[in-house]
Amino acid sequence: MVLSHRLGEWAGHAPVLEEEVALANIALDLLGQARVLLSLAGDEDELAYLREERAFRNVQLVEQPNGDFAHTIARQLYFSTYQELLYERLARGGGPFAPLAAKAVKEVAYHRDHAEHWTLRLGDGTAESHERMRVALESLWRFTGELFEPVEGCEVEWDTLHTAWLARLTSVLERATLAVPEGPRRGAWAAGAGRQGVHTESFGRMLAEMQHLHRSHPGATW
Amino acid sequence: MTTMAADAGAYEAVFDAALAADERIEPRDWMPDAYRASLVRQMAQHAHSEIIGMQPEANWITRAPSLRRKAILMAKVQDEAGHGLYLYSAAETLGTSRDELLDKLHTGRQKYSSIFNYPTLTWADVGAIGWLVDGAAITNQVPLCRCSYGPYARAMVRICKEESFHQRQGYELLLALSKGTEAQHAMAQDAVDRWWWPSLMMFGPPDDASAHSAQSMAWKIKRHSNDELRQRFVDICVPQAESLGLTLPDPDLRWNEERGHHDFGAIDWNEFHEVLRGNGPCNAQRISQRRRAHEEGAWVREAAAAYAAKHGEEQS
Repeated sequence: MVLSHRLGEWAGHAPVLEEEVALANIALDLLGQARVLLSLAGDEDELAYLREERAFRNVQLVEQPNGDFAHTIARQLYFSTYQELLYERLARGGGPFAPLAAKAVKEVAYHRDHAEHWTLRLGDGTAESHERMRVALESLWRFTGELFEPVEGCEVEWDTLHTAWLARLTSVLERATLAVPEGPRRGAWAAGAGRQGVHTESFGRMLAEMQHLHRSHPGATW
Repeated sequence: MTTMAADAGAYEAVFDAALAADERIEPRDWMPDAYRASLVRQMAQHAHSEIIGMQPEANWITRAPSLRRKAILMAKVQDEAGHGLYLYSAAETLGTSRDELLDKLHTGRQKYSSIFNYPTLTWADVGAIGWLVDGAAITNQVPLCRCSYGPYARAMVRICKEESFHQRQGYELLLALSKGTEAQHAMAQDAVDRWWWPSLMMFGPPDDASAHSAQSMAWKIKRHSNDELRQRFVDICVPQAESLGLTLPDPDLRWNEERGHHDFGAIDWNEFHEVLRGNGPCNAQRISQRRRAHEEGAWVREAAAAYAAKHGEEQS
């Protein structure tokens, strides 16, 4: 839901019309997945609009501001690669999320494909796009460790998921003439923090915008 | 139709005969330069309107009050980008290019619908745009499905289907507000009060002051006059407003038994011309956002082109 919201901020601002369509399409898929998940837990709107920042359990990666197009693509590459591998495993695992994961994996495969194609174009495009893509990958790197912290209720082998993610990422970045960033990504705040309700500063502002109208009319239906 | 005729006069005769027989003109057919120019102007303006029209609605995506409404609004804005894409492609069959048309939009040499120079100030505006603005667009565009130029007519068939869907969603949004709390009802009424007259202006100047109308009708690009379509729209909206439980902001609006139509008050043509001249509430903001998106995206398009050149990939 949070990543969908961020992608929704691109509407009317994308670099080409085709990307207006693509980014909105991805945002819609993610919102659809979020609505199914939230409905499993309770009332979707109550959960989306009436929880405060500390009660949100999303990873910090998805709440990161859009930045330039390269930042959006880097965030999308890290996350959709992870999502595809995770959903494949959840779909096979037969647990409570298997039906949702089986449907969503087709959507996120498309998101991952889109992110990879743009990573190649930007990485192996012009000197400027290469540099912007490199900076974006570096600056978001420290939010990737959290993706592989075990989540309660999710029976997944997190270490092998991580190995598969890194292998996929390495092969794409090599083809894009880029390198896998170095540096810490399991620091005290970045690892597991979002899952514990500890977020980055821009997140509260995002929620203020998202929740304002709903909160101004308590009990109303829309 | 064939293009095998021997001289310009013969070409023109074939073109006229095709129009008279209600046949479609296709991209490879001969056509008068003025017909081509007029179509490029109209189709470009139509495409630009879809693209600029994303802004007032996208303004509410991040604040939509429920996840369901947010999904509907995102899908709608995505459809509009898609409509822009079809229409630029259709215009390209006339020998222009999307880049050239966008450049004309960015430099103010081509227009977009004046309606998108009004601001969306509350959530209800999203509903009013769906019901009134999309409603007016459909009234204008359904006859274009029979327009004499094939690619335009075919694009309109697809677009009109999606637009009618949006229009129903807008109506349904307003209905939910109108039947909601007192504050929601007031929000809906305020939005209709602000969007009603600008929606009537979407049909263009009155028939006796419309520069392109007569020629467009002779070419069967247009099938009905501005005033005819405006009247049709008013007649459709009055009962819909009643079932919404909302009023239309026109004290002169009443049924005329003799004409079998609703009479309605005078449009403020001065405001219309001011907006067209660039002095509406959001003209500067809309164009500068569009230009900024284009300029800030330049490095992305350059990267895609450089990558395509290196790898022989189809450029996207």
